[in-house]
Amino acid sequence: MPEVTRAEVEDLLYREAALLDEWRLDEWLALLTEDAAYYVPPNDHPEGDHHNTLFILADDIVRIRERVKRLMSPDCHAEYPHSRTRRLIGNVRILAVEGDLITAAANFICHRYRRYERIREYTGAYRYILKRGDSGLKIRERRVFIDAQELGSLGSLSFIL
Amino acid sequence: MPRSYIIDDAMRKRFLLDREALVSAAVLQEEMAKIFAKCWIYVGHSSELKKPNDFVTRKVAGRPVIFNRDARGDIHCFLNTCRHRGAIVCTEREGSRRSFRCVYHGWAYRNDGVLGIVPGAEAYKGEFDTKELGLKAPARFESYRDFWFLNLDAHAPGLQDYLGRARDYIDLVLDQSPSGCMEIVAGTQEYDVAANWKLMVENSVDDYHLPSTHATWLNYMANSGVKIERPSDGRVLPTKGLAVDLGNGHFTTDNINFRGRPVAAWIPIYGEAAKPEMEQIRRELVERLGPERARRVADTNRNLIIFPNLVINDGSSVTVRTFFPDGPAKMHVTAWALGPVEESEAARARRLDAFLTFYGPGGFATPDDVEALELVQQGLANWQDDRWTEMSRGMGREDEQLNSDEHHLRIFWRRWNQMMDAV
Ligand code: FES
Ligand SMILES: [Fe+2]
Repeated sequence: MPEVTRAEVEDLLYREAALLDEWRLDEWLALLTEDAAYYVPPNDHPEGDHHNTLFILADDIVRIRERVKRLMSPDCHAEYPHSRTRRLIGNVRILAVEGDLITAAANFICHRYRRYERIREYTGAYRYILKRGDSGLKIRERRVFIDAQELGSLGSLSFIL
Repeated sequence: MPRSYIIDDAMRKRFLLDREALVSAAVLQEEMAKIFAKCWIYVGHSSELKKPNDFVTRKVAGRPVIFNRDARGDIHCFLNTCRHRGAIVCTEREGSRRSFRCVYHGWAYRNDGVLGIVPGAEAYKGEFDTKELGLKAPARFESYRDFWFLNLDAHAPGLQDYLGRARDYIDLVLDQSPSGCMEIVAGTQEYDVAANWKLMVENSVDDYHLPSTHATWLNYMANSGVKIERPSDGRVLPTKGLAVDLGNGHFTTDNINFRGRPVAAWIPIYGEAAKPEMEQIRRELVERLGPERARRVADTNRNLIIFPNLVINDGSSVTVRTFFPDGPAKMHVTAWALGPVEESEAARARRLDAFLTFYGPGGFATPDDVEALELVQQGLANWQDDRWTEMSRGMGREDEQLNSDEHHLRIFWRRWNQMMDAV
């Protein structure tokens, strides 16, 4: 297999960002592997393990799919109406390649608008484990590190960051 | 001149709350003096300080404090302010230190509070005495079963008396540990809610809102294979639950469980592989506590409020949650997970996973609670023209008070009102 390029990784992350911002969550699910996971560690233990550390969010693929169902329901009050988000992704780097697995990092800024003109802004870093297959790169794990010392000012993490 | 914020009419079975209590900056100022400076306020749990010299810093009732162990292992709470000219003396969030050195002029305090070093101490000629200038502690600092509370009022009754019957429910939560010891798990959840702090008290025990606010969580449970009975007998919830008055403004829900509990009530989300260990956990409960008490521990759940602002949710997992006002329309919430100290790695992982099914800023339920509370606060902008909140549900019910009634909310507000009136 030819070496994975940063451009390929960027294409995937940009596509993911667009799908999440546009709330095309079923299409977003198609970017994930069948064993994908999504983690947001707590700010006081960013490198913790979710088996022994209380995370903000730690989903396996089953719960990711349930989360999408919830988010698309009008009964998901925290996201109905949906937040409008706009994420900017940069500083994309490939950190390691092992067989068909690629570890990549990126920085993000995500602006979030909700009714009544509340504006919230999330800054932080993504760490991905991507998997190379016949149909190209897929996301096996996405981990979100939020920079704010405390999540406090940011309120709920009701959408997919 | 004292005034009442509630209309509590037993005859007409009506209970109304003046919405000014939820929007006013003047009320908040009064609360700081009459409630937060008079009640026992939760500081932290012994297990957060594993070894001698460990410390954490946090804000309690608006006061920056240091919660720590000294070199001998004794637990303290100090006001995090220098006796010289007031600077914060410990700037780190957590760690291990034998002393705290103020960066401003370099006064250094031992971790038992004693002032050890004053650079250039010879310049003080008068009554200056370092023995009188150790770190200040809050007026009172006491614990019940590893839960530490401070009280800013030197004349307050002791913590044991203050907790009163609430201790029985703390004991019941702790009975899920074979040794009776539980610990705070690493990892803190923090979130702000743009709502008055008292709305979180209400929300933490109000089971009336569950079917409406948490419809997507119920859906998630059902999708994962949890059987959720249709409510019957005029109830709004799948199983029966009570609201119990514990005195001194404390109260709890006491519900028959339907949602799965890491302490020995299996649901499919835990996975087939968890079954043998969960059966073992239940056998241990029965052997140690007898079948009746074991059922109480495993097959009932509760949300316990220690007045004014400590919540122990013993439901889908165990949460210790506290919150402080930051203005009349904003609060800062901190939540931890609590687990038995002897829990296996697998059981701990299950507990934390179960926690996230429901609780926290990324859970399947809490964000919708936050939304509901923020919607209340936004609606309250109309308070001057729509003054009274209706809180009569279940009032005058002859038999037991249900968790979906507002009996327990009224207990809170009566106590709150009484304390606000106290001169
Ligand atoms: S203020 Fe702390 S040493 Fe001066
Ligand atoms: Fe709720």
